[in-house]
Amino acid sequence: MVSKRIVLHFPHRLVNQPIIYKLVKELDLQFNILKAFVTPQEEGLMVLELTGKRENFDKGIEYLKSCGVRIQPLSQDVIRNEERCTNCGVCVPICPTQALIVDPKTREISFDNKKCIACELCVKLCPPRAMEVHF
Amino acid sequence: MRTIKEINEKIRKGQVVVVTAEEVIDLVEKKGVKKVAQEVDVVTTGTFGPMCSSGAYFNIGHTKPRIKIGGGTCTLNDVPAYTGFAAVDIYMGATAIPDDDPRNKVYPGEFKYGGAHVIEDIVAGKDVRLDATAYGTDCYPRRKLETLLNIKDLNEAVLFNMRNAYQNYNIAVNLSDKPIYTYLGMLKPNLGNANYCSAGQLSPLLKDPYYKTIGIGTKIFLGGGIGFVAWQGTQHNPGVPRRENGTTKVPGGTLSVIGDLKQMKSQYLVGTSMLGYGVTLIVGIGVPIPVLDEEVIQHAAAKDKDIYAPIVDYSQNYPQVIPGSLGEASYEQLKSGKITIQGKEVPTGNLSSYSKAVKISEELKSWIKKGDFELTEPVAKLPAADSGYSFKLLKERPILQKEE
Repeated sequence: MVSKRIVLHFPHRLVNQPIIYKLVKELDLQFNILKAFVTPQEEGLMVLELTGKRENFDKGIEYLKSCGVRIQPLSQDVIRNEERCTNCGVCVPICPTQALIVDPKTREISFDNKKCIACELCVKLCPPRAMEVHF
Repeated sequence: MRTIKEINEKIRKGQVVVVTAEEVIDLVEKKGVKKVAQEVDVVTTGTFGPMCSSGAYFNIGHTKPRIKIGGGTCTLNDVPAYTGFAAVDIYMGATAIPDDDPRNKVYPGEFKYGGAHVIEDIVAGKDVRLDATAYGTDCYPRRKLETLLNIKDLNEAVLFNMRNAYQNYNIAVNLSDKPIYTYLGMLKPNLGNANYCSAGQLSPLLKDPYYKTIGIGTKIFLGGGIGFVAWQGTQHNPGVPRRENGTTKVPGGTLSVIGDLKQMKSQYLVGTSMLGYGVTLIVGIGVPIPVLDEEVIQHAAAKDKDIYAPIVDYSQNYPQVIPGSLGEASYEQLKSGKITIQGKEVPTGNLSSYSKAVKISEELKSWIKKGDFELTEPVAKLPAADSGYSFKLLKERPILQKEE
């Protein structure tokens, strides 16, 4: 089994197509939609956690690409600006997935982008605005 | 045991022994107060938290022809500065925001840029845009000024904070069923989180709880440069209840500080945006504590386990000034990541960076060890615990209309 959080960019022509349906019906993949919207440029954007057998997962990704969907791992899109971060830790109890944690020894904050679900709660709550999302 | 004069002689000779307020805790545990008081000359403290009553004043230099901004208007990067002074002196407060900022009209407001960010940009050496208007006089005829400014060209750039380095602070929680946005961060409903704001065992006034060594004129680390304690801070409240170790159970003393902005570094003066609340400035401060006697070491060795902060509801009690707390928690408990309130386990978040406070105490230690920083004798005491000096609420009085 493999499970990954990915960001899908749907070009304008695909925005009203039932693309994800095929992943479930034919490839038996589980999905959890973390975020979905259509941008002002009429591009569809979806953040998805996709889970299934490795073989089917890879086929699913291939299928999405063949439709013209651009894919990238979520971890590339949420960034902690380490120069801006003061390591205060006010984000820690806010993060719903414990992607932001404080090291009990150094009291520094670490960001595990693999755990991040891009809810963006931290983005506006960070006092020096050190958390950035670039979809 | 030793005087500040003797400590300074040791600094000059390169023989001074300096430890941070964190290091002194372990030392005292291992060796005892008596021994450590004999060995250690100075304990360095540090804190790095937001403080709204911060600001900076600038003398921008006279223009040709002259302008009197005093009584006129002035903005820096669209953020209004206070102009009620002479011709070219202005003061930028940390919480100032542009006139066209939507504030909390779109709730919760984002407050992306304000006075604190202007100060950070100026310290970082960035050009800022000044727009000023004046009414014009015979000796100051000019009415309008638009120019870029840079810190290196200013006559004076001085950080002057009315209140800093709070001796302890509230732990904020939310008992209501809606999220609230406060100066201590977003508080999730129904005790969803508990936010605190202190460096605890590193915080200057918690390590010299009776202001025995810290006073007016004490030289300090301020924003990465050198500053001084100018006065007691506003809302200084030394008479509050204290624990056996002298630390205040609730917010107590405060410091007003001043220093040359030109020496400071933007990593120690950070403009911040508190969602739904406003703009504020995080200020890095480090205060050296001279080990005059054993009592000084005894106090400086207070540890997170023995320093407690009150838990206060910010949905009702704080805004409506209803006395009462939901209990207290030690900084050790707060640092564990959760505390228990009304039987519920509540995750904690700190608004004051402990790791930066460590860095500040280390940096100040290295300055003293290298001989770059000598200690000063305070010129006057801060109002003491038994002074009767206190902090009162405003007594509002109706304004009666005069009869014609």
